[in-house]
Amino acid sequence: MSTQEESLKKFQQRIDADEKIEPRDWMPENYRKTLIRQISQHAHSEVIGMQPEGNWVLRAPSLRAKKILLAKIQDEGGHGLYLYSAAETFGVSRAEMIQQLQEGKAKYSSIFNYPTLTWADMGAIGWLVDGAAIVNQTMLAKCSYGPYARAMLRICKEEGFHQRQGYEIMGKMMNGTPAQREMAQDAMNRFWWPSLMMFGPPDTESAHSAESMNWKIKVESNDKLRQRFIDRTVEQAHHIGLTVPDKDLKFNKETMHWEFGPINWDEFWTVVKGNGPCNHQRMNHHIHYHNEGAWVREAASAYERKISAN
Amino acid sequence: MENLNQLTQWEVFIQSKSGSPYEHAGSLHAADKSMALQNARDVYTRRGEGRSLWVVPSDCIVASSNEDAEEFFDPSEDKIYRTPNFYKMPKGSTNI
Ligand SMILES: [Fe+2]
Ligand SMILES: [Fe+2]
Repeated sequence: MSTQEESLKKFQQRIDADEKIEPRDWMPENYRKTLIRQISQHAHSEVIGMQPEGNWVLRAPSLRAKKILLAKIQDEGGHGLYLYSAAETFGVSRAEMIQQLQEGKAKYSSIFNYPTLTWADMGAIGWLVDGAAIVNQTMLAKCSYGPYARAMLRICKEEGFHQRQGYEIMGKMMNGTPAQREMAQDAMNRFWWPSLMMFGPPDTESAHSAESMNWKIKVESNDKLRQRFIDRTVEQAHHIGLTVPDKDLKFNKETMHWEFGPINWDEFWTVVKGNGPCNHQRMNHHIHYHNEGAWVREAASAYERKISAN
Repeated sequence: MENLNQLTQWEVFIQSKSGSPYEHAGSLHAADKSMALQNARDVYTRRGEGRSLWVVPSDCIVASSNEDAEEFFDPSEDKIYRTPNFYKMPKGSTNI
């Protein structure tokens, strides 16, 4: 056996024994590459995800609602920072990652390319989008890469509030006037399917899954996570009087799962490839404010140079 | 011109309550000690997770490597006489 094969075998044994891999440990090049891609895209999603919600800060219906929304958005910025830090343990710089985002070489979650048209969207995002993120991130907290798993644990602790504040908004609106109920249902109709797409393509078509599962970068499949989310969420929808916009939805008493209709994967790929309703807007916004803040980064660097020269 | 300097990287350790050990939380970027402390507070303790923080420049941390772990920790492995259960107490003795 060559040393490379030997190392690979040892690595797989560590993974199979549920050991965590730490930054200085030997790892296959593809493990490193996959994780850099995944963690940086996860970080970008947290950061871009602040935009659709930021759209409603100045129009929040009460001071309470505004404070909550601000705190949630601040958390998402924090999640981005935890994740950039986790990716940096591989030796990639944050500047590099941001450059890849801005050049369109690194993706972020497609869900954030949908517009937020009404206040009810703040409810739908917290409840559905953060709800789906919780299912995914709880799985990722068991990931084999130590820094990523630890960041996920920290993030999961914070997400509980995000989902609950969203469901509270939806519940309140469903208890309100007919116009408010209609608004909540409309948000549900627009965000339901994109939320299901957040788990990625079906297992039969998922490009990276097999190797990722072997290395415990993922420990559960897209379809399994999607089903878990649906089973949890459908009951919550019914509980507050919302209709799930899926005529094929029915409960299977044998499997104890909700069966659902076909997902429009053409729409998913259209948005992934950059042609969703808000892709350009999101990226332009990111580039604009990144450039506008350049002087702050430059000033901090100049200050650092000055004190280290003394 | 885009400045690619990311500032110094710092590791953050949090003490969650008085008397507890300081635990590693993650890292961040900052230009100096006080900026590192402030950033650590804002990024890692938004919900009262800490009552005290340490920030340490990442390049000051020296770590052992996993590859050498076996040899490195070997000296402690065959010394079970360092644990209390190694000893047989006289029959009937109590409080020991
Ligand atoms: Fe988040
Ligand atoms: Fe969140």
